[in-house]
Amino acid sequence: MTAQTLVAGRGAGAPLALAEPLSFWGGFDAATGRVTDRHHPDRGACLTGRVVFLAKGRGSSSGSSVLAEAIRLGTAPAAIVLGEADGIVATGALVAAMLYDLHCPVVVLAQSDWGGPMAPRLLRVSADASEAWITPGG
Amino acid sequence: MTLRLDDAQKAVRDGGRGEAAALAFGLLARYAEAVGADSLLAISGAHIDGCLHHGQVSLDFVRRFVDLDGRVAVPTTLNVGSIDLIHPEHFRGDPALRRDGEALMRAHEALGCLPTFTCAPYQTIFRPRFGEQIAWGESNAIVFANSVIGARTERYGDFIDLACALTGLAPASGLHLDGNRRAGVVFDIAAVPTGWHRDLLAVAVGIVVGRRAGGRIPAIANLPGDLSEADLKALGAAAASSGSVALFHAVGLTPEAPDLETALGGRKGVARETVSAADLADAVDGLSSVPTGTPITAVSLGTPHYSEAEFSTLIGLIAGPPAKVPIYVNTSRDVVDRIEKKGWLSELASGGVSLVVDTCTYLGPVMAESAGPMMTNSGKWAWYAPGNLGIDVAFGSLADCIASARAGRFVRA
Repeated sequence: MTAQTLVAGRGAGAPLALAEPLSFWGGFDAATGRVTDRHHPDRGACLTGRVVFLAKGRGSSSGSSVLAEAIRLGTAPAAIVLGEADGIVATGALVAAMLYDLHCPVVVLAQSDWGGPMAPRLLRVSADASEAWITPGG
Repeated sequence: MTLRLDDAQKAVRDGGRGEAAALAFGLLARYAEAVGADSLLAISGAHIDGCLHHGQVSLDFVRRFVDLDGRVAVPTTLNVGSIDLIHPEHFRGDPALRRDGEALMRAHEALGCLPTFTCAPYQTIFRPRFGEQIAWGESNAIVFANSVIGARTERYGDFIDLACALTGLAPASGLHLDGNRRAGVVFDIAAVPTGWHRDLLAVAVGIVVGRRAGGRIPAIANLPGDLSEADLKALGAAAASSGSVALFHAVGLTPEAPDLETALGGRKGVARETVSAADLADAVDGLSSVPTGTPITAVSLGTPHYSEAEFSTLIGLIAGPPAKVPIYVNTSRDVVDRIEKKGWLSELASGGVSLVVDTCTYLGPVMAESAGPMMTNSGKWAWYAPGNLGIDVAFGSLADCIASARAGRFVRA
C-alpha cells in the first residue's frame, strides 16, 4: 500500500488505530507514552513502538512540542499514519529529526484505505521524500 | 506538492541569509507542504509562543538557532514565559523549572526577539495594522489580530512561529488569504440577560460561539454597539478557549464586518444559530465551580494581559472599602511602565492590587495562595485555571470581582 509522506523515516510495530482524534498536548504523556485524555476512548493505551493510525490531529499547537519530546525520550510511536495531513503532528516529527536525527515517519493514508494494512500483526512504514509504503512484517 | 518559490525565497533556502535562516526555511517549507500551501508570502512581524517550557526539546530547538548565530528577520515579540523576570521572588515552584524557564526566555532574546513577554502584543508599539501579514502564536493574540485589527495570521504554534520569524515568511494559506476569511456561520444574539455588565456579556458570547462554531468562522450579529476594545478582547479570548476560533466578525464592530453581507462575502444560505439569554446565562454559570456565598482566597484579573484602559477602569472601582483578599493583575512590563508614569502604582497597591508581569497566574506557582476558590472576570482564566492549578473558580464581571474581594466571598455586585 502506498501513502503520502509528510515526514520521512522508517518504523515498524504492531498497528494501533485510535478511535478518535488526539491532541498530543494535554492528551498524551511524553514521559510514559500513554494516552491521558480523560475524555478519549483509548485513555491509558500505550503508543510507544506502535504504528499508530490517527484519523486527524486535534487541539493545541503545543502538541508539536509534546510529540517531539516523546520522540527524544523514545516513548513515541514507531510511525504515525494520519487520515488527513496535519501540520502540528508533522512539525513535531520534523523537529525531532532536525535536532536529534531521530526519525518517526508520518504518512497520510485516507481512512477508507485503512482496512488492508491494519490486518497483519506487524507493519513496516518506509517513507522517503516522495513516497511512502506500508507493508506487512516487522 | 512542491512549493513555488521566488528568487528571494530561494536565497533564504540556499543560505543567503545565513545558516539559521536556511535551517528554519527547511522546517517551514515542509510545514507549508503539510498544510497544503503552494507558495510562501512575506510577513512584517511575528509573535512567538515558545517561552513556555514543554521539556528539553523546547530549549534544544531555540539553542540550535542561537548556536548558528540566528537573528529574527522581522520585528518579533515574545509571549509570556514561565517566570516573572521582573519579580522572580514571586516564583514558588521547582528550581529546575525556574532555571529552564528563564534560560528559554533568555535564548529567545539572544535571537533578537523583543522581551515583551506578553500575551497581548497588540497593546505594544508592535500592534499590527489592518491587512498586515503576520505570523502570530498564542490563541487570544491570533483572534484579536485577525478580528479586531484585521491583520492576517493563521494559528501558529510551537516551532513554526519561530521558523516564520527567522525567515520572514509564512505559508500562503488559511487566514492569510482574503478568500478564506468570510464567515461560515451567523450567531444572532437574540436577547441578553437583564442587568449584565458588558464584560460579562462579552465572555458569555465568546464561550457560546467558541463551543458552537466548530471549524467555521463566526459572524456575530446584534451585539450592543458600545462594546469596548477590552470587551472584544475578552470575547475573542473566551472563544479561543472554549473552541478554536482564530477569527470572528462582530457585525458593526470589527473592520471586516461593517454589515452582515460584507462579513459573509455575499454568500447565501449560511447557517444561522440563535443565542438566547438562557444560553448566555448557562455559559456564565458553567464557568463557576462554586456557588455564590463561597469564601474566596484571591481575585485574578488580566488574562489576557491588562491594558492601560483596563487599569483606568479598575482604579475607579477599587477606591473605597479595602479588599479582604489580594487582587492579582497580570500585565506586561510595558504597560507597567506606562501606568507608573501616570502615578497609578501607589493607588493600585493601596487598593490591594499585586501586579504579575511577564507571565500569568494560571500558568504556574506565582500567587502566595495555592488553594482556591479564586475569582476572575476572565473567561480564559476560568476555563484553564481549574486544570492548570487544581483549584475551584468563581466567575463574574469586574464589578462582581471587586465586590467579592471586599466581602471575602463570591458575591454578585
